[in-house]
Amino acid sequence: MLPIAVVLAISSAYGLWYQRTRGVIKAKNKAEVITAEKIGSPLGSRATLVQFSSAFCTPCRATRALLENVVADMSDVIHVDIDAEDQLELVRELNILSTPTTLILDSKGHEVGRAVGAPKREQVINALTAIR
Amino acid sequence: MSTTQIVQNENTVIDARGPRFGAVITTAVLATALATSNLWVIVAQAIVFAIGAIRGPQLTPYAAIFRKVVKPRLKSSVITEDVRPPQFAQSVGLLFALVAILGSLTGISGLFVIAVSFALAAAFLNAAFNFCLGCEVYLLILRLR
Repeated sequence: MLPIAVVLAISSAYGLWYQRTRGVIKAKNKAEVITAEKIGSPLGSRATLVQFSSAFCTPCRATRALLENVVADMSDVIHVDIDAEDQLELVRELNILSTPTTLILDSKGHEVGRAVGAPKREQVINALTAIR
Repeated sequence: MSTTQIVQNENTVIDARGPRFGAVITTAVLATALATSNLWVIVAQAIVFAIGAIRGPQLTPYAAIFRKVVKPRLKSSVITEDVRPPQFAQSVGLLFALVAILGSLTGISGLFVIAVSFALAAAFLNAAFNFCLGCEVYLLILRLR
């Protein structure tokens, strides 16, 4: 019975951390610039949401629908959905470890925020409002 | 504005609660395998994993129990998901189950315990926390290439 207790205890600790951290937008202050060329899409004049997705990812679908919906009436914000499998070099460069991961870029292409996992609508809107 | 680079394939979509229920049974079966070190328990689970990995998670015996017994009693609205993420998870489960069988047949009991433990952890995380295995490990595997 000891192995079961150990596995369940470690998994529970990880699971609680997983639930608490997934989808939370963390503020970033990156000096390097992510160009339109790199992401294969023009940058938004105010902000760009760069989403990395993969085939075996259930929350990627929900994240895509949410972000498309959020930017639908924002002409100055662009949402780009990138298949991580096709862009492994970029994935390594930007240190993307899991999907969905969403980067929030300012008008110049600096990463100002990052969410690993499906983000919450309110947090996305708040993060975008903070970008002038 | 929105641009999508991903080609939108029309993939099979299933009731997302099915694989989650399957993970609950899988957790119980794998815990039994770990507690008893019984080869046949892990063989049975390996067969279920193989059906889920090859034919699809909606076609396993656990999915049949979900459809016949559990689903009619659920009141929550149906949330659908692409079949590929749970199918990927079943493949990973199958891999661990095969390693466990190998450990048991060769008498390396440590291999059996470790392999079943990893499979149990993944199934439990899926059941209790809606953990998405494909989200967390698929990209890491690709990055190793």
